[in-house]
Amino acid sequence: MKLDSKIPNGPLSEKWDRHRFDLKLVNPANKKKFEIIVVGSGLAGASASATLAEMGYEVKTFCIQDSPRRAHSIAAQGGINAAKNYQNDGDSIWRLFYDTIKGGDFRSREANVYRLAQVSNSIIDQCVAQGVPFAREYGGQLANRSFGGAQVSRTFYARGQTGQQLLLGAYGALSRQIAIGKVSLFTRRDMLDLVVIDGKARGIIVRNLVSGELERHSADAVVLATGGYGNAFYLSTNAMASNVSAAFASYKKGALFANPCFTQIHPTCIPVKGTFQSKLTLMSESLRNDGRVWVPKTPGDQRLPAQIPESERDYYLEDKYPGFGNLVPRDVASRNAKQQCDIGKGVGDTQLAVYLDFKDAINRDGHDAIARKYGNLFEMYEKIMAHNPYETPMMIYPAVHYTMGGLWVDYNLMSTVPGLFVLGEANFSDHGSNRLGASALMQGLADGYFIIPYTIGSYLAETSPEKIDNDHNEFNISSLKVEARIKKLISIKGKRTVDNFQRELGNILWEYCGMSRNNSGLKKAKKLIKNLRAEYWENVLVGGSEQDFNQSLERAWRVADFLEFGELMVIDTLERQESCGGHFNEDYQTDENEALRDDNLFCHVSAWEFRGDKRKPKLHKEPLTFENVELAQRSYK
Amino acid sequence: MKQASGEKCINLKLKVWRQKTQNSKGRLESFKAENISKDMSFLEMLDVVNEGIILSGKEPIAFDHDCREGICGTCGAMVNGRAHGPEKGTTLCQLHMRHFSNGDTVIIEPWRSRAFKIVKDLVVDRSAFDKIIQAGGYISINTGGAPDGNAIPVPQEIAEKAMDAAECIGCGACAAACPNASAMLFTGAKISQLSLLPQGHPEAKKRALAMVCKMDKLGFGNCTNEKECEAECPKEISITNIARMNREFLKSGLFS
Repeated sequence: MKLDSKIPNGPLSEKWDRHRFDLKLVNPANKKKFEIIVVGSGLAGASASATLAEMGYEVKTFCIQDSPRRAHSIAAQGGINAAKNYQNDGDSIWRLFYDTIKGGDFRSREANVYRLAQVSNSIIDQCVAQGVPFAREYGGQLANRSFGGAQVSRTFYARGQTGQQLLLGAYGALSRQIAIGKVSLFTRRDMLDLVVIDGKARGIIVRNLVSGELERHSADAVVLATGGYGNAFYLSTNAMASNVSAAFASYKKGALFANPCFTQIHPTCIPVKGTFQSKLTLMSESLRNDGRVWVPKTPGDQRLPAQIPESERDYYLEDKYPGFGNLVPRDVASRNAKQQCDIGKGVGDTQLAVYLDFKDAINRDGHDAIARKYGNLFEMYEKIMAHNPYETPMMIYPAVHYTMGGLWVDYNLMSTVPGLFVLGEANFSDHGSNRLGASALMQGLADGYFIIPYTIGSYLAETSPEKIDNDHNEFNISSLKVEARIKKLISIKGKRTVDNFQRELGNILWEYCGMSRNNSGLKKAKKLIKNLRAEYWENVLVGGSEQDFNQSLERAWRVADFLEFGELMVIDTLERQESCGGHFNEDYQTDENEALRDDNLFCHVSAWEFRGDKRKPKLHKEPLTFENVELAQRSYK
Repeated sequence: MKQASGEKCINLKLKVWRQKTQNSKGRLESFKAENISKDMSFLEMLDVVNEGIILSGKEPIAFDHDCREGICGTCGAMVNGRAHGPEKGTTLCQLHMRHFSNGDTVIIEPWRSRAFKIVKDLVVDRSAFDKIIQAGGYISINTGGAPDGNAIPVPQEIAEKAMDAAECIGCGACAAACPNASAMLFTGAKISQLSLLPQGHPEAKKRALAMVCKMDKLGFGNCTNEKECEAECPKEISITNIARMNREFLKSGLFS
C-alpha cells in the first residue's frame, strides 16, 4: 500500500482554492439521493452533520450520550484560535500556520496546517452569526486573549466555557436540521464495527445502549468524529465514555492508524488525590496568561506557599524561557513540571504538583478583573480542592488531555478505506507531535463546517456508490462477530472488574509511555500489556446481561479495545527513535533537556496497518516535506 | 447536612432507587458505602459502591455521567430530596463527600418529572429538552456566508447577559426541582440568550412562540414562581430569564 496524501500542487496559499475548484460537485437535485452516516456529535460531528444536511444530503447522526449536546467538546475551556488580527499585533494566516507547524515540532503536513489557518477566520464569523456569546470589549468588538506557543493575542473565548458555547452553536444548527427531517438522530448508540463492502465503507453496526440490541445502518459514506484515545491512560481529562473503539474497529477493517505515540499531556490540571480517582480536571491554559508557575528553590521545602519568601521561589519557566515565559507550549511546560518534581521540588501532599500563583495579577488588576476572566475556573478548583485560589496559589500537575495521533487521512480527510472520512481529534492530521492551545476547537470546526462538505461531495460524485441493503452478507458477518465478542465478555465471569483492569493498563501506559519514555521501559510495557490482555479475556467480571442497559458491558467492550490499542501505542513509540513535541524519548534530548528530533530518519508520519491478531502491524511511512518553513530546533527562549 | 470534620473517611447508608425498565415497578434498595474518602466526588463514591456490587455478582446501579467536571449536564439525581444534592451551584459530579458526615443516610432518586421517563435506576430520558431546542432554539443560518465577526458590535453588558443565560447545561435539575415540573428556566435561558443578541432578533417572536408551545405540548408544567429551579440550578441561571421569555412570548402573541 502506498500512502497518497493527495496534497494539491501549487503554491501553499493557493492549494485549497485550487483544490476546491478541482473537486467534483454533486448536482443539488442529486444530493438527497445520498445518505451519509456521521458518528459522534462533538464539534466536528455536529458541524459536519448540520452542514451536510443544509447542503441537501440525508444524514444519520449517532452519539453515545443521551443528547448530542453532551459530547466532550463541551468541556473545552479556554478558547479558539483564528488569524483575524483584530488586535493589530502582527497576526496573519501565515503566522498562525507557522506557530502551529512549529508548535507541533515539524511533524504535521504544511498543506493541511495552512488550510486550517485559512479557514480559521470563517469559523469565528460562522459562530458569531449563530449567536455564540463570545467575550466582547467595551466597544462591542470581539475580545481576544493569549495562549501558549504564540506571541500574538488570537484566542477568542466565552468565559472559561468556549467549547460549551461553540458546541451549543453547532448543536443548534444540528437541531434545526433534525427538526426539518434532514438529519435522523440516534442517541445512546455505540459504534462497534465498520461495515466495508467491495472495499468501500458502507455502514456501521451499533449497539443500542438502552435495549442492548445490535442495529445495522447503511450509507453511501461514513464519517467518524469520535474523538481521541486519551482514556487508554485511565486517568485523563477526557469524559468517562470517551473511547477508541470506533476508530479501532475501523483500523481492523483497513484504516491505517497514524502516530499513536503522540499524546498531549496538559500542564495545568488538578493533581491526583487518591487511588479512587476516576478522572482528572483541566484548568484552562488561559490561566497561564496571569498565573505564574513556581516551586520552592530548595528541594523538600514543605512550608506553606505564603511562608516561602519571594527570594526562595523558583519561577522556572520565566527564568528558562524569557521569550515566552509561562506561555511556552504545553509539552514544554509539562516536561518542566515533571523535571521539577523529579528533583524533589514538587509541592502538596504527594509532591507531584507545582504552584500556579495569581497573587501578582490580583494585586495588579484587582480581584474583580481576575474573577471576570477566570471566575468559573477558580470556583471549580475550589470545589475539588477545597482551597481558594484567590488567596493561595493553585496546585497543578500535568495530565493526559488530547491525542494528536489518530486514523490516517489524506488531504480530503479520507482514510485508507474509501468512503470512510475521519474528522477532529479522531484523525491525525494537523497538530504534529504537539497541539497548541485553542487549536482543537479550531480543527474540529474547520473539518466539520468547511472541509468535509467539499471533499465528501467529490468522493460521492466520482464513485456514485451502488445501493445496498443492510441484510448484505458483510452486515451479517460483522453483526455475528460483534455478538460473539459481547457474549464472550459476559460469559467469562472472572474475578476482576473492568475498571480494575483499566486502571492497571492506565498505570502501565502512564509509567512507561507517558511524559517521558525510554526503550527498556517501553519493552517492558509491551510485555505487561500483552499479559494483562491475556488475563482480561480469562478473568474479567462483567455485571448484568447483554439485552439490557448495561454500563458495565459498555466499558468492558471499550477496555478490550484499549488493551489492544495500548500495545499499538507502545509499538509506535518504540519505533520512533527520536524525541519530538509530546513524544519524549530520554535517549534523545539536547543539553538543555529539550526534545531532540532526528529529521533524517523520522521526518515522516508513521501509519500502521492491521494484519490480524497474531501478526505485528505493518508500518507505512508518509514522508513529510517542508517547502515553506525551515526545519529548526524549536526555541521558546 | 453539616460539614464533616476530623476523620478522612466516612461510612454512609445509601437508599438508592432501583427500577429495571421504564415500565417496571421501582423501589429503594439499601447499600452500605464504607471507607469513603472525603476527597471523593459523589459519583466516585457510587463507583466504589458499584465495584462492590459487581464483585458480589449483582447488577450495579445505573447512573448517567460523562465529563465529571460539571459541564456536560449528563449526571444528576435527587440526593435527600435536593436536585444534585445539598451544595448550591454544584452538579452531582462536583459534589464532594467532604460535605457529608459519618453515619449519614443518603437517599438517591432519579429526576421525577412527567416529561422525563425513567430508563433504568437513576437514568432518565431527557430528550424532551432536545425537542424544545429543535422547535427553535437556534439562529437559522446555514454554514458559509456569515459576515465578519466584528460587523455587528454587541455591547459588553449584553454579551455578558447572553452568556449568563447560555451557561445552561441542560441537566434537567430545574424541571426535576419544580413542583409543577416546569421547563421554563431551561426554555427561558435559551430564548433569552438569543433574543438579547442582535443576531437573534429577526426570529425572536417566532422562536418564543414555537419553543413555549413545544414545552407545553411535551407535558412540562407552568411556572407559579416557586423559584425552586433557580435555587437548584447548578449553573445558578436566574429566573429573570423566565420573565424575559414571558415578555418575548407576549410580544409574539400581541404583535404577530
